[in-house]
Amino acid sequence: MTLRVKDLKVYYQTLRGDVHALDGVSFDLADGEIMGLAGESGCGKSTLSKSLIRLDSRMRHVGGTVELDGENVPIADDEAMVPLRYHEISLIPQYAMSALNPTRKIGRMINELLRSRGVRPGDVADELRRRLELVGLDPEVLDRFPIELSGGMKQRVVMVISTLLNPSLLIADEVTSALDVSTQRSVAESLVEFRDREYVRSMVFVTHDISLVYQMADTIMVMYAGRVAEKAPARAVIEDPRHPYTRMLVSALPEVGSTVSGGRLEGIPGTPPGLLNPPQGCRFRDRCPMAFDRCAEQPPLVEIEPGHWAACWKTGE
Amino acid sequence: MSETLLELEHVHKVYRTGAFGGGRKRAVRDVSLTVRAGEVVSLIGESGSGKSTLGKMVLGLSRPTEGRILVEGTDVAGIRGFAARKEYYRRVQGVFQDPFSCFNPIFKADRVFEMVRGSYFPEVSDADWRDRVLSALGTVRLDPGNVLNKYPHQLSGGQLQRMLIARALLLDIRLLVADEIISMLDASTRIDVLNLLADLKERGLGILFVTHDLSLGNYVSDTSVILRKGAIAEMGPTTRVFDNPLHPYSRHLLSCVPQLHRTWAEVDADLAANPPEDVTLPTVADGDTSAPLLEAEEGHFVGIDQK
Amino acid sequence: MTDVAGAPGADSAAPAPEPAAERRRSETLHFARRNPKLLIGSGIVLTLLLIGLIGPFFIDHDPNEYVGPQSQPPNGEYWLGTTSFGQDIWAQFVHGLRSTFLIGVFGGGVAFVIGTAVGFLAGYKGGWVDEVLNMITNVVLVLPALVVLIVAVAYLDARGVLVQGVFIGLTSWPWAARAVRSQTLSLATRDFVDLARLSGRRTWRIITAEVAPNMSSYLVMTFILLFGGSILIAAGLDFIGLGPTNGVSLGLMLENAVAWSALQLGLWWWFIPPGLGITVIVGSLYILNVGLDEVFNPKLREL
Repeated sequence: MTLRVKDLKVYYQTLRGDVHALDGVSFDLADGEIMGLAGESGCGKSTLSKSLIRLDSRMRHVGGTVELDGENVPIADDEAMVPLRYHEISLIPQYAMSALNPTRKIGRMINELLRSRGVRPGDVADELRRRLELVGLDPEVLDRFPIELSGGMKQRVVMVISTLLNPSLLIADEVTSALDVSTQRSVAESLVEFRDREYVRSMVFVTHDISLVYQMADTIMVMYAGRVAEKAPARAVIEDPRHPYTRMLVSALPEVGSTVSGGRLEGIPGTPPGLLNPPQGCRFRDRCPMAFDRCAEQPPLVEIEPGHWAACWKTGE
Repeated sequence: MSETLLELEHVHKVYRTGAFGGGRKRAVRDVSLTVRAGEVVSLIGESGSGKSTLGKMVLGLSRPTEGRILVEGTDVAGIRGFAARKEYYRRVQGVFQDPFSCFNPIFKADRVFEMVRGSYFPEVSDADWRDRVLSALGTVRLDPGNVLNKYPHQLSGGQLQRMLIARALLLDIRLLVADEIISMLDASTRIDVLNLLADLKERGLGILFVTHDLSLGNYVSDTSVILRKGAIAEMGPTTRVFDNPLHPYSRHLLSCVPQLHRTWAEVDADLAANPPEDVTLPTVADGDTSAPLLEAEEGHFVGIDQK
Repeated sequence: MTDVAGAPGADSAAPAPEPAAERRRSETLHFARRNPKLLIGSGIVLTLLLIGLIGPFFIDHDPNEYVGPQSQPPNGEYWLGTTSFGQDIWAQFVHGLRSTFLIGVFGGGVAFVIGTAVGFLAGYKGGWVDEVLNMITNVVLVLPALVVLIVAVAYLDARGVLVQGVFIGLTSWPWAARAVRSQTLSLATRDFVDLARLSGRRTWRIITAEVAPNMSSYLVMTFILLFGGSILIAAGLDFIGLGPTNGVSLGLMLENAVAWSALQLGLWWWFIPPGLGITVIVGSLYILNVGLDEVFNPKLREL
């Protein structure tokens, strides 16, 4: 087992009170697993990916544990996290393109980064070139400035940098959202290739685009209002979703080939609850057509089939 | 055949770039297309395809360098002077990509309605105007109690976007330019806004729907136009374009779209098993800036291949 | 959002859209009354302004008259003491406040009007309008303002505070124009500006009603800086003998104090009041500005 998150609670502090951005999230990530983390804005998926690497000053670890390869990850202790970051857990940020310093050549920037992490650039230089070639970049990019690269190229450079030390866990936060469809596909496929070559052991791929994770992820975890709604193998989430939210979400996605005249798709009425004072019980209750009395009580996340987890009272029936 | 609302004739847009305007960038190249009443035309393209520039030109926010844009027979470039422009916007309206940036953050959101009233309907009584606003909100399926008297940051992107559509409906518009209107919305509300466009179409509006997402363009439109580097790569009835893409670029795009029930591997295998026939594409000489279209089958056109 | 289910409720009683402007004004007032920064800042500025306006009526002698004993520290008769010539510093301070405010308002005002007008037009219109205005701005910017002022002011026979203010204003607007232009440039690309055009609004209404309110605190800050700048330029002119004939200003007081070695002689009551006066005026204007920002920006209100 690579990553085990248990009942993780992370709140955002605001002047009006705590925002319960992550409220009891539990899941396991196996060796070699690529997990797609999907959900709408504000569901906590970005908070979760940030929590695994660095809590910013407004975030507070309220409860729960994170284990990586059997060892506790001290997410609340910024100092203790330093040796883990980049070496064990690495992140490709959402705006990787702006993460590159415009006044430095890319090669120089990578060397500076490596030294600051206690690695001698010379030791990994060959590997760096090999991997740049693998993602379809000429190693010459090391002598160029970030402004000379296209968005997709920058994204690939950042991908190579983040995985250079073969981390156990890679978190990719909306890495393809700003890219064009064709670039998106090649970046996504490179990520899978990195896993296949064991440059990274396992990966959390955060996105709002379910059809994209379906293409590349082994499992998909759907979050809703700070909690896990469902986690299952990718195919099961798309073909046989069990949580009503997942069902409605998947059926709201137009596909190549679906048209209005060929059958109108319906969205999910309503909006997610505010997380400042989240309601008791199931948080999807107000928008759920299947809601009944018992939903006033919070449904536990249970394994309904091997590898298929869902948090809904109705899934057992 | 219903009447033609919008007609683009060989439209070009060239931007001057660089400090002294020395550089030239061709954002739109020789685009001709039409939008009829009760028709949704999707302009589909990746970044840099010129799709948004086309939308802005139709809205009169930018002028074509060459070519003509006709709305109900009048040349948009010929609309000069404040009064004429104002009349133009009575018939043609736009909704943009980022609903948050469309609202002036320091005013309440319903000010967008007040602006329309101030400019176009100063004579309408308070009670009458309120009825019109409520009925427009009803059309876009918004609960007035939830959205009136609120600041933009208190509302969701979906709500704001629907308010903007409601705003356009307060005017008696014929043509709506919808520029990436759902790309900032969540999946669960996206489809409602798309359905709304379908409803507007039923009411006889012509809609120019600009998008980068092929599956969305496919869902709502009658005609699809695939743009690449400012020129039309393929244009035709949506079902034809998606079922039988002729241009290599369209085929490539379609093979890259993540689909819900088919993986990329399956799509590739399918393509390898049934390789599409080659189509003769029109060609142009070097230095020629035109982009001719070839009618491959009835109403289905392919354009030049740009490297 | 119960929007979908809420559609049938569309005709139920919803709050009527009342006239927007009125509602907004009362709300702004509501927040303004509860903002300590705004209250403290404006309180100090208004108090000093009042002293400058009303104070001189209670002083029956000329501020530059030699009325008392020399070099007296503050006492019951001369509240702020006297200079080494026996002039009443309180009388000078009160008169000085008045002309300092005047010069600030006129100099800053003229510069502000020209600067923002040029900046808004250049930033919003773009194209050749921008290029021409930008060129003019840059030309004025590189003119050695003080030299021009000296030449211009020296040619005038009767030098009043107003004339001095106008001349200061005419030379100090360029940086304001550049600052406003760059802000306008970024705001003009926002979609709500396009939307206002689609709503059939005229250019000047878009600038005044859409663009300007979004940078209101920025504009106030610009005015405050121009205000303070004018006061300082005026002090410089005063010092080289080109100030208002027989006038008094805080700047002139400071320069006199320095010229007659008040620092070395330990006559702190001579240089501290004018120095503190200028600092407090500009400082409280700044606090006022931060307060205004919080009042005008609905997002900051909720923090």
